[in-house]
Amino acid sequence: MSTATTTHDTHDDHGPASGLMRWVTTTNHKDIGTLYLWFSFIMLLIGGSFAMVIRAELFQPGLQLVDPQFFNQMTTMHGLIMVFGAIMPAFVGLANWLIPMMIGAPDMALPRMNNWSFWILPFAFTMLLSSFFLEGGAPAFGWTFYAPLSTTFAPDSTDFFIFGVHMMGISSVMGAINVIATIFNMRAPGMTLMKMPLFVWTWLITAYLLIAVMPVLAGAVTMMLTDRHFGTSFFDAAGGGDPVMFQHIFWFFGHPEVYIMILPAFGIISAIIPTFARKPLFGYSSMVYATASIAILSFMVWAHHMFTTGMPVAGELYFMYATIMIAIPTGVKIFNWVSTMWRGSMTFETPMLWALGFVVMFTIGGFSGLMLGIAPVDTQYHDTYFVVAHFHYVLVTGALYSIIAAFYYWVPKWTGHMYDEKLGKIHFWWSTIAVNVLFFPQHFIGLAGMPRRIPDYSLQFADWNMISSIGGFAFGLGQVFFLYIVIKTIKGGKKASDQVWEGATGLEFEALPSPAPYHSFNEAPAVK
Amino acid sequence: MPSPEKPDSSKPAKTANLPRKQMLKLVAIPVLMFGFGFALVPLYDVFCAVTGLNGKTGRVEAAAVDPRQVDTSRTITVRFMSNSGTGLPWNFKPMQSEMEVHPGQIYQASYQVSSRSDHETHGQAIPSLSPGIASLYFNKTECFCFNQQTLKANETRDMPLRFVIEHDLPKEIVEVTLSYTFFNIDQDKADSNKS
Repeated sequence: MSTATTTHDTHDDHGPASGLMRWVTTTNHKDIGTLYLWFSFIMLLIGGSFAMVIRAELFQPGLQLVDPQFFNQMTTMHGLIMVFGAIMPAFVGLANWLIPMMIGAPDMALPRMNNWSFWILPFAFTMLLSSFFLEGGAPAFGWTFYAPLSTTFAPDSTDFFIFGVHMMGISSVMGAINVIATIFNMRAPGMTLMKMPLFVWTWLITAYLLIAVMPVLAGAVTMMLTDRHFGTSFFDAAGGGDPVMFQHIFWFFGHPEVYIMILPAFGIISAIIPTFARKPLFGYSSMVYATASIAILSFMVWAHHMFTTGMPVAGELYFMYATIMIAIPTGVKIFNWVSTMWRGSMTFETPMLWALGFVVMFTIGGFSGLMLGIAPVDTQYHDTYFVVAHFHYVLVTGALYSIIAAFYYWVPKWTGHMYDEKLGKIHFWWSTIAVNVLFFPQHFIGLAGMPRRIPDYSLQFADWNMISSIGGFAFGLGQVFFLYIVIKTIKGGKKASDQVWEGATGLEFEALPSPAPYHSFNEAPAVK
Repeated sequence: MPSPEKPDSSKPAKTANLPRKQMLKLVAIPVLMFGFGFALVPLYDVFCAVTGLNGKTGRVEAAAVDPRQVDTSRTITVRFMSNSGTGLPWNFKPMQSEMEVHPGQIYQASYQVSSRSDHETHGQAIPSLSPGIASLYFNKTECFCFNQQTLKANETRDMPLRFVIEHDLPKEIVEVTLSYTFFNIDQDKADSNKS
């Protein structure tokens, strides 16, 4: 350590260390952001390949390719990998890259912990994925791992899942603590809270959600572990416990979790739309308050996932009204985005296309969510493909679209290279057509009664399933194409200007060159 | 607000001097929330006791049941069910599949249990009543589920219960299902669960 410090004394501005160890030992927020983003991309491709297996099996009715147990492993691991491995780490990666640059900080507040929170993840997911090769196989009880399916009736390999969840929870909590500490302590002078870019605001609120609910998830899997091995009966009705209680604890985590996966997306869209509409964001403070309201409400609506568990009518009414209330702050956001575009000088570069795709298709997902929130009809929709269509509209065309939009928007700042505009547009239109062919028919087969998580189905669902599968393969192909675009952009491309976009505002575009230097804001910038 | 830091070229990535109190708070929140996850268990029990959510039935003294409150104008069907938990080698069945009862009156029902084991085994029965809201009005004066039960090797025994449905049971309820599950409370539970 001391020798390293002395060598540092000799020169001011040094770049990254060379070799592989750079990535293992790095405490630089940009390096760690890159690691997170690559990790989540790999997870996206792994989770996506599981989805291809699912869609291939569902291409035709009957059992063709995989046996039902393996099919269940695919649906379960697809959900777990996408939620915990792809979407969440991608947002943490964006937070690492962008928050210090947006608030004028030299790095994250806790760089050493930052390194840890990333490097736990590959081990957590190696552990989770290794269960494929163990006796009993990977988890097959759905990503929601309801007891007693995940306790009494699950194979021994489930313990790998439990410890994997513990590890990724620790990683998330550490990452969230880092974000909060950075935002509260590292802002440049003059960067007051209400001047912060919305991405920073939404991440601050997301970080609070993370430290509040990831430990509850850890508690739930710990109870599973003791139920499985140490004779407790938290979720075992025979022992005085209650399996329905598992669902309450899980969804007390799970509902804030879905906002953890969408609030940073709101921040991204709130950065991109003003840039390409060349107008400041409409209703900045209402956006902040709406985000905070959504976060608070998210703790009070969890049982809308459980309308069919035999809740008293009063409970169903409360959770129905509370759930539908979330449409108000979410609607505020949608209308603010539309108002920002209203009479703006809009151009439609690739990031804007993805952002607009987000606004339109996330709203579709929001509306199907309202339908599901209505308790009396949820009895019909519950656990059908309608639910699958709903949460893929909010997570794929919502969260994932915002991440891809963020990539196109900020990658010139990260690499100094413009991406290939033509390829970016092809990527957008290909993905958008494919994703709608993939998920829109699932609304129809869901309303017609096709249950989710079943490898076979009756014949009347055949046509829409085949169409959906074709859309699925096309969408998967589109993301392999995205991988090509990413690599091509990193390797070269048109030189990006410092501001990158004509209408771009914010410290990362106004106060830093492109590409952003390895160490930025060693001296705090002046904030107007 | 942080004050602008003095430029210091020896540390490329400067970190803030973090306020101790804030860091303690940020560590305390996850720790407390982990505890809260477990606190949800007793909270859930209290919630269920108030709302009848999970169908746990109540207990009253026989003397406290007022015989004048029998409502012979209503007839409620009580169905009986039984389950044996994993690892308990007991056959467990109700001696009557259903009964017609009047609210306010005490009735007796019984279950039969027989052990398939060649040694002494211990069990505890847990009731569950459906619909859940009825469990607030379903009370027992005597029940084999009040105590742990011990069966000798291959013993068969009748296990009685006496119950009363309160006269103010909501009008719309005309049928309830009472289910008991016997579970294994022997020390080797963990091992026998492995089966």
